[in-house]
Amino acid sequence: MNAAGKRIGSQTLVFPGRPAVQSGASVVGPKEGSGPLGQYFDVVKGDTLLGDRSWERAEVRMLGEAVELAVYKAGLKLQDIQALLCGDLLNQITASSFAARELPFPLVGLYGACSTFVEGMSLGAMMVDGAYATAVVAAASSHHDTAERQFRYPTEFGNQRPPAAQWTVTAAGAVVLGRGEGPHVTFATLGRVVDMGAVDVNDMGSAMAPAAAETIWQHLQDTGRKPSHYDLIATGDLGRLGRKLCMELLRRRGLDVSGNFADCGCLIFDFTPEVHCGGSGCGCSAAAFAGYFLGELAAGRLNRVLLVATGSLHSPGSSQQGESLPGIAHAVAIENPGQEGSSP
Amino acid sequence: MSKANRRQAAAYQRMVNRTTPKRPLARNLFWAFVVGGSICLVGQVVLAAIVAMGDLTPKEASTPTVGVMIFLGALFTGLGLYDRLAPLAGMGANLPITGFANSMVSPAMEFRREGFVLGVSARMFTVAGPVIVHAVTTAVMVGFIQYVLGK
Repeated sequence: MNAAGKRIGSQTLVFPGRPAVQSGASVVGPKEGSGPLGQYFDVVKGDTLLGDRSWERAEVRMLGEAVELAVYKAGLKLQDIQALLCGDLLNQITASSFAARELPFPLVGLYGACSTFVEGMSLGAMMVDGAYATAVVAAASSHHDTAERQFRYPTEFGNQRPPAAQWTVTAAGAVVLGRGEGPHVTFATLGRVVDMGAVDVNDMGSAMAPAAAETIWQHLQDTGRKPSHYDLIATGDLGRLGRKLCMELLRRRGLDVSGNFADCGCLIFDFTPEVHCGGSGCGCSAAAFAGYFLGELAAGRLNRVLLVATGSLHSPGSSQQGESLPGIAHAVAIENPGQEGSSP
Repeated sequence: MSKANRRQAAAYQRMVNRTTPKRPLARNLFWAFVVGGSICLVGQVVLAAIVAMGDLTPKEASTPTVGVMIFLGALFTGLGLYDRLAPLAGMGANLPITGFANSMVSPAMEFRREGFVLGVSARMFTVAGPVIVHAVTTAVMVGFIQYVLGK
């Protein structure tokens, strides 16, 4: 640990000021609402267009609603928030920018593909811990149809996807980080870009699994913790295949996570043939955390969670030019006060 | 990528290949046959109907039949049904002329929000464009060979 006591190991940040996750809100589409986590989400929309004229506008509205709801649930006013740290999957992250257009606080626009939510939480915790803010919002969104039309095919095009494919979730999640009550963000481990040469754009799970394994391993190295310290280590959207690969990669490095390892992409949907390997997208980890994990933390059913959001940092153009799919994963440790246990 | 990293990446890709679920080939072939075959059966019925009603030879009736099938493909795309067929049927839905209609109409629908000229008109060929290019090129080549060989 360095003199200021705010860094540990090579990639992990420590938050001695104990920034708290004061509240969280999730707004999801109908498919997510009818999935296994449906009852935990704050708002379930009846359709993915919200009666608006484009899916992009629907995503903007869902994101804005999640942010405002999170602020309201924290017992704050919009004027109390000092920054929005937010990203999405659209070109030039327009969902975030357009949602922030309606909000009275500054925007820090982020792009980390599907790792964006934890990227935002890490930066938000830094701002609060560093006393640059008393309350910020970290948020992220994704939308199945906006992602399909940008990254893949027109939504009405008949396309048979391979079994390794995943389904982009329609969801937005937001959390308020501040000095108030709530589980603490104790550590953040920022991830390196890890590229293991995956090229199949229909298989994000195997592209991101090495990055997830790397960040989890690095987090445990840096903090000196064992996997069993956490009640739950939850990756963002590896899906069934990526989850399996990640666990195998960790096992080869001597880490057994089989007892407490979950993936938001595997939790959010029932495994219908349409969904293939599970959910993906920025909104997947954001809504699962803000909707489900945060409630479990508040109820004390979970006390120590390591949230590892995973992203694939390619663009449609880069993969057409033959570039491989670089993966990234950021991790934050969220722990109930007094439940951190012994840490170095 | 360094040599060590390349080796590591290759080892990982082998692990991925072992773990990745395989396409259910038998099921895919079965449904491609059933759905593709059914579409062709509809086409055959349309052809027979046109032959009977229009007093045309089957050869003369083939062009209006294609027109009807394109219309049906476009209609079912517009109704939001064609894209539900394809995940099951795969090439059985993509290969018949109805699939071609789907590949034209779906981007036209998708990009109407970007306007009629730069949206619908410009993006209409994003899926079908490469198919048209290669089909026309192949047709020209085959036609040339036919000409050289004197039929």
